[in-house]
Parts: sequence; structure tokens; C-alpha cells
Amino acid sequence: MTDKLAFHDLEKVYDRVAAAIDDAGPANESLFLCKLCLLLAHHIDDLSLIEDAIATAGSDLHV
Amino acid sequence: MRPAGRGELESLYFKYPKFRFRRAPELTGASDRYPVVVAGAGPVGMTAALSLARQGIRSVVLDEKDTLNDGSRAICVSRHSFETLQQLGAVEPFEHKSLGWTNGRSYYRDRIIYRLEMPHSDQERFFPMYNIQQQYIERFLADRIGEVPDLIDIRWQSRVSGVGKSADEVTLCVTTPEGEYPLRARYLLAADGARSRIRDALGLRLKGENLPGHYVIADIQMDHDFPTERRCFFESVANPESTILIHRQPDNIWRIDWQLGGHEDAAQAIGEERIRARVQSILDMIGHTGAWELEWWSIYTANSLCLDAYRHGPVLFAGDAAHIVPIFGVRGLNNGLDDAVNAAWKLAYVLNGEAEETLLDSYTPERRGATLDVFRNAGRSSRFMTPPSRGYSLMRKAALQLSLTREFTRRFADPRQVAPYTYRGSPLTSCVMRDSEFCGGVEAGDVAVNRKIAEGDYLLDHLGCGFTGLYFTQKDQLPDRILALFVRLAEIDRKFKPLLLASRGLQRRTFEVIEDRQRNIFTAYAAADDSFYLLRPDRHVAARWVSVEPDEVEQALLTALGRNRR
Repeated sequence: MTDKLAFHDLEKVYDRVAAAIDDAGPANESLFLCKLCLLLAHHIDDLSLIEDAIATAGSDLHV
Repeated sequence: MRPAGRGELESLYFKYPKFRFRRAPELTGASDRYPVVVAGAGPVGMTAALSLARQGIRSVVLDEKDTLNDGSRAICVSRHSFETLQQLGAVEPFEHKSLGWTNGRSYYRDRIIYRLEMPHSDQERFFPMYNIQQQYIERFLADRIGEVPDLIDIRWQSRVSGVGKSADEVTLCVTTPEGEYPLRARYLLAADGARSRIRDALGLRLKGENLPGHYVIADIQMDHDFPTERRCFFESVANPESTILIHRQPDNIWRIDWQLGGHEDAAQAIGEERIRARVQSILDMIGHTGAWELEWWSIYTANSLCLDAYRHGPVLFAGDAAHIVPIFGVRGLNNGLDDAVNAAWKLAYVLNGEAEETLLDSYTPERRGATLDVFRNAGRSSRFMTPPSRGYSLMRKAALQLSLTREFTRRFADPRQVAPYTYRGSPLTSCVMRDSEFCGGVEAGDVAVNRKIAEGDYLLDHLGCGFTGLYFTQKDQLPDRILALFVRLAEIDRKFKPLLLASRGLQRRTFEVIEDRQRNIFTAYAAADDSFYLLRPDRHVAARWVSVEPDEVEQALLTALGRNRR
């Protein structure tokens, strides 16, 4: 898969998500991330891409 | 349950009848064998008996009670069920008493996030859904049965206490206030409910899963000004832990349905004081400040359970005796009625000698298939209504919160009140290649749609009680090969009814003709000149042709009667 987002933009995503998690706080961070997933998934027209992403994000969690 | 001081049948609005025991001829030695015995005089059993009567088949209906159901229970009756009731000659009191509805509203944190709008148009005779208490459903069906005493012998206070069966006969032991008697039947339709005695007697068990969560339903009587709509509240400020449903019923009765929180003890939660307190907090939430009276309440769990096979030799199971489904899709009663109709016409054709017994083999795939379809939909609904884990809770909250400002997640709040099941994959449905030649219309296996012909006159009013052939024509003469086809079909099914849809006036009118000059019915059925739909007695499409092929139609009718074994 080719990179759709330039690395300098991905860096911005990294910063913004980090800040948003901090703003949400421990009580709401999971909810925030769930909403973000639904919003982003809504813009992707290929279910397999999303399923791959879920699998990748779920792997190596206990390394 | 009813408030302290009131008896089980002391309702604020409904006067329960008391059905007398009438001495059965079997108590004095009669030993006639009946074509069909129906166990259970609930909505499903009575619909089965009326459907059999419609085909001219006599039946005996047994019920151990001496009155009707003790509470409102199943209150949502679908358009499809109303169309069935119409065919049974029973719909008038239902139309008079029920509250028809089309819309619903879902709220999250007391803000509206979704408007349910069920498909409806002026082409329909009936609303998509009606609310009416189950006692009324049963009373109206019992009244209709009273009009056909020669065909339906309904025996109250008569309990099935034993079941014996061979390959082609069932013998029941019936216990009554005046003693026991044996009752012989060629077929037994077991519509004796969730705790079916017949199911137990045959050693059969429902299988599936019990979904987590308990729900309370409470009926209250109050003057409350709100349209007949389904209201659903997620995480309301006053009751954040519960999903709450509110439905209007006739006689100023309102159904309030809520989910118990994980920490609530089910036994304690249904004490009268707790019920009253909970109802009051919900009424506060919706802004009702007036008086109200508690009528009745009950508790239930959302289960997905069914039998592996709905037919066991001469015994056919229908309704809750065969399957328990979660209530969110309102399919418990409605699918039960479909079971009854499906079993009844097939039994009638076998008993009349117009079909082989193999026709009954299609009962399980068609009706158990419908149950499994409900499980798929209701499973999704249940997981949304009652998230079974932390992950589901988070995702639900995410979807609901987004729904406040975003359209795309609002459909999660849709109650998935599913349409009738399609018999597309049924062994009775044929000519699927012909089916695919259509662009639109009503697919093979689907149920026929209604269309308005004139004020108070609709297409489905004209269907026969056997198979119906819809022949679409733009000519002014009926071709001879079509006349010949009708004759051949009537030789296979004596009740076959040809129904002609003519976009121009037809000259010779031996058969019933519906003039469709606006091509309204043509359009709904994607029909052209010479198109043909073969409809089953239960209004499902057995097969269809853009351009009729008489030999194939004849074969399709035989297939739909279980008669082709090539």
C-alpha cells in the first residue's frame, strides 16, 4: 500500500491525537478513540483496509 | 403482574370473558379422527384454525384456559399480518380498535438523534404497524372463529396431558373438568406457546442462546398527548443506565419498557413499589405531570431459541412453541402468524389430495429460515439495546454521541423491524433464471405488494384462497394459449384463481379483470405485456415470467405443491 498521507502530515496527526487524548482525559479517552475510528472508517470505502488496520492495531499489544 | 388488591384478570380497560366448558363428544364414546387438531388458542393457534377453515379444512382447537391472555404482551402487529387477517375475514375489528403508526423517534441524552420512518404510501391499505393489546387480538380471532362453528370446534378448559404419535396419526389425551378423553387427529399443530407441553412430551428442546439482560414491561393508563410512535431513549438523563421504549396502545394505555441495570436484582426490580417509582421517573423525563394508573407489568429476557426441526412426522410446531425471539424486531407474534398460515395451507393441500405429503417438508426450511433471519437482525438490535461487553458499550456510546451531529451513525438506532422473510431459497420457489430477467418488481420468494385500484379497493383484496395467477396484458383479447393455461392450472389446484391486469379494456371477460390504465400495478410488478406472477396462498411469489411460458408455469405450480420429484 502506498502512503496516502505525507509524513509531515502524519506527524501532525500524531501530535493532534496525543493532545486530544490528553484533553479527553482517562475517563473519556477510549470513547474519544472509538468515535475517531467511526469517523475515519466512514471515509474509507474498502472494508478490508479497515479490518487489516484493526488486526494490526490489535497485534503486539503485550510485547 | 397486577397491583396489590387486584386479581390477575382485573384490568382497567378489558373485561375478560369466561369461556364455558362444553362436553366433547369423545367423553361419551365418539372416536372420530379429525383432519387437524390445533393445540393452543393463542393468536397463532387461532390464526392456524382460521387459515385451515379458509381452505375448507375442519379443526379442533384445544386450550387449557377458560379466558384470554392475562396481559397486553405482544402489541405490535405488522401490515403483513393485517393483510393476513384481512384474508381470514377478521381484520375489521382490528382496524377499528388498533392504532396504526409509521414513525418513531430515538433520543440520546434526551436529544433526538433518529427518526424512524417505515415505508408507507397511499398505495397501501394498511399502516406499516399497528399497536393493539394481545387480549384484543385473541378476542377478535375468537369472535371470528365463532362465526364458523361447522369448521372450527374450539374447546376451552381442555388440556393436552398426553401425546402419542405414529407416522400418520396423533392421539392426544385431553384432560377436562369432566374427565379425560382420547382425541385422534391426522395432523397436530402445536401452537401451545413458549412452555409447550407437546414439545416436552415429544422430548424436544429449544436450542440457541440466552442473551444477557432483563427487561421490564409495564402498562399504565393515562391521558397523555403524544402521537402513536415508537419512542426510544438511550442514556436519558433521568435513567442513564436503561434503554427505555414507550408505545401507545388503545384505551389510553401506554407501554413502558425498560432494561434493568447490571446490578439490579430482577426479583426486587419487579416489586410494585419499585415499578411505580421507575415509571414515575420515566414520566418525569418525558414531562408528563398528570395522574396515571398502573395496569399490568411483566419481566422478560431476550432469547434466541428454536427447534432444530419444526415438523416431526404428523406434528408441526408454530409460534413460541417452535421459537423464542428477542422482542426488538416485533417478530414474535408476527412470525408466529406467518408460521400458522404457512402450515395451514400446506396441510390443507395435502389433506385435500392436491399435494403429496412431501409438501410439508418445506415447512421447516421456510419457517425456521425466517426464525434464523430474525435472530440475525435481532442479535444486532439486542447488542445495541443491551451492549454485552465493555467494547460494545464504548462503541454504542461513540455511535450515539456522533449521532448528535452526524447523520451516518444514526442508523445504528434503527430498531430493524424486519420485513417478511423471503422464500427465495425455498424448494417451492422455482424458475430463478426467469426471475432474474425482470428489472425490479416483486422477486420470486418475496411477498406480493399491495397497490391501490380505486378508493377502498386494493390489489390484494382480489387474491384467491388458493394459488393466484396474475396475468398482465396490454391486448384487448386474451390469447387462447393463456385460456388453456388457466384450465391446466385449475386441474392441478381446484382453487386456482386467474386475475387479469389489463392496461386496456379486455373484450371477453370470463375471468376477473382489474383495469390498470395508469399502469400502476404493471409498474409495481415491473410487468410488460404477457408477464405472469404465480402467487401462493400465503401471497408469496412462487415464480414469475417477464413473458409467460405455459409449460414452465404448470411445472412451477407442481413444484410449489411439492409435486415434482424429477
